[in-house]
Amino acid sequence: MSDSYRQGLVGRTPGNTAGTDSPSPVPLLQVQDLVKAFPRRAGLFDRRAVSPPRAVDGVSFDVARGETFGLVGESGCGKSTIARCVLYLMRPDSGQVRFDGTDIGQVSTKDLRRLRQRMQMVFQDPFTTLDSRMSAYDIVAEPLLIHGVRGKDERDDRVRQILSLVGLIEDQFNRRPHEFSGGQRQRIGLARALVLNPELVILDEPVSALDVSIQAQVLNLLRDLQQRLGLTYLFIVHDLTIAEYFCDRLAVLYLGAVMELADRETLFREPLHPYTDALLSAVPVPDRRRQRRRQRVIIKGEVVPLSGPQPGCRFRPRCPVGRDRETCANVEPPLREVSPGHWVACHFAGELRNTTVIA
Amino acid sequence: MSDSKAIGARATRTSKVEHTAGDPPEAETVLSVRHIQTEFVTRGTVVRAVRDVSFDVKRAQKVGIVGESGSGKSALALSILGLIEPPGRVTGGSVWLNGREVPLRDDRRMGRVRGREIGLVFQDPMTALDPVQSIGDQVAEGIRRHQRRISRKAVRRMAVQLLQDVEIPMADHRLDDYPHQYSGGMRQRIMIAIALANSPDVLIADEPTTALDVITQAQIMDLLERLVAEHHTAVILITHNLGLVAEFCDVVQVMYAGRLVERSGVDDIFDGATHPYTEALLRSVPRSDHLESGPLPSISGAPPNLAALPRGCAFEPRCPIGHGREVCIQEQPMPILLGPPGAEMRVECHFASERYERARAEGETR
Repeated sequence: MSDSYRQGLVGRTPGNTAGTDSPSPVPLLQVQDLVKAFPRRAGLFDRRAVSPPRAVDGVSFDVARGETFGLVGESGCGKSTIARCVLYLMRPDSGQVRFDGTDIGQVSTKDLRRLRQRMQMVFQDPFTTLDSRMSAYDIVAEPLLIHGVRGKDERDDRVRQILSLVGLIEDQFNRRPHEFSGGQRQRIGLARALVLNPELVILDEPVSALDVSIQAQVLNLLRDLQQRLGLTYLFIVHDLTIAEYFCDRLAVLYLGAVMELADRETLFREPLHPYTDALLSAVPVPDRRRQRRRQRVIIKGEVVPLSGPQPGCRFRPRCPVGRDRETCANVEPPLREVSPGHWVACHFAGELRNTTVIA
Repeated sequence: MSDSKAIGARATRTSKVEHTAGDPPEAETVLSVRHIQTEFVTRGTVVRAVRDVSFDVKRAQKVGIVGESGSGKSALALSILGLIEPPGRVTGGSVWLNGREVPLRDDRRMGRVRGREIGLVFQDPMTALDPVQSIGDQVAEGIRRHQRRISRKAVRRMAVQLLQDVEIPMADHRLDDYPHQYSGGMRQRIMIAIALANSPDVLIADEPTTALDVITQAQIMDLLERLVAEHHTAVILITHNLGLVAEFCDVVQVMYAGRLVERSGVDDIFDGATHPYTEALLRSVPRSDHLESGPLPSISGAPPNLAALPRGCAFEPRCPIGHGREVCIQEQPMPILLGPPGAEMRVECHFASERYERARAEGETR
């Protein structure tokens, strides 16, 4: 069964186009076999290099134009490293990042700059990522200056337009970051990212520093802008409630590798990887009725970074399904497509779900 | 169905609350907070962080305090513990533990109460633990402070036991490790161990899992649940995560601009909050069963400046019910008791009774 799946897989990556035979347009972003390790020394005075754990270990996914693709997982799972590699703010050790068909690892520095105009990033913390000595206006105008939009009037128009678009009023344009609330600051960060008219926006935890009532405002704004400007989002998020609300498709990461990848509906209703199950059932639900109905899988232990390449499944030490299984200890489960568009890296995908339903 | 009938049969109480400073707390009440006021004075401006907050906590009760940043949740916790530092000051009110008034303004005497009768778990276990002292020493310090005549060996035995209680593997060995050798989740377990070392009657947990990942958070909450059940400890859980409150707490208290605007049983709150702010707050959380129904209902505007509070209700400018109404602009709403006796429902809104009656009527026809 699984063998035939794997054979059918040759040359395919877990992207949006999987499962359809008709020729489809090139995805805006294609990430393939991305690997990034951070070299370490054995100790402070021991300069021998040790075999470094891979922060990102062979990650592949596609993001189609106009969609919101989520990367979820616990801290240390490699979400932010992937984002930085996508922008080439950090050079991956191997693997490819294609933006609109162009391999951005192959282009010249000059062309990379031009490509970067088309992909922008919004950071998590609106308190530290805005220069406190610049006005909102100057913060948003800066990318235009850097990327050489020369005409003063053109710049002015653009800045005013984008600041209004994110919901700031004329009076506020010359204020400095400390005069704004967290939600308003995140609006400025968003305006700065959008001023160059990007196609892809990488959102690195854009609402996790904000209060609940403000989170809703910013999420609504992001949705609205996506529809109006035809934006594509790569959304890095640890809050699964927000991921479920906001993303079209998601990849669940664990220690640098994709454990499961599917559209929102499938991932949240029929998760097949035990890790996805564990993550989902750990989320506290602000609804008393649903809470009583659901079954919880609370796994033991903590994320222990791998100390180097190891055989077998990286989730095995904590896995309620495969902890004591030989296959899981010896063979690393490949990411396979179990149904169109639903990819799982588990030898015993769906087993946990089946047993808990019976129990 | 039978539930709504039962509610209908009971008499509804609608009255203003009168707490006098000296009223004797009920027998099973472990903590009583009365009219606490806390202010911070900076450069001539007075920030009123906690404004006239009163509530009771019963033995083994789990009370959640929710609110946005700046609503006064943490300032209230620090006030109860007598830990407000200048330029802050508790300017009024009293705190009662087991029927005795807590010496809030006497730091030396307060030191004997803190840690023994009332414990605290902070948000960030990295800054709360001393990086240059071993975990064992820090746990021992917590024990020794309140139990002086006790041998070194006995303290160590107790410390090992405590670490085992919070499910730290190889407790005996890990006692000599330092905080940086522990993960975030393990450090939070240590904080809980220290807080529970002297079996306090009340534990205040201020955002205990905010710095942690969701699976670790679930583990810590399970642990806390088990321990407080074993020790019959009452818990005040301060959090902005409404999901945690729904899962863990018996009673929810909502703070806004320094005031306790609503207190209700957890089922009452999640079935239909009475205060418009609570209602709006609950609706602004994304929920998977409301995915396709358009934009998230958000609360427009931002919380008020605590140094320049309006004369009336602080939520009025953002309130879908009271915005622009004369009474809301002019008068600070007083707490109103609602529901059958023992319902623990108390709401600060001019329209609380009206809203409560209407919601109840709707619930019956449904």
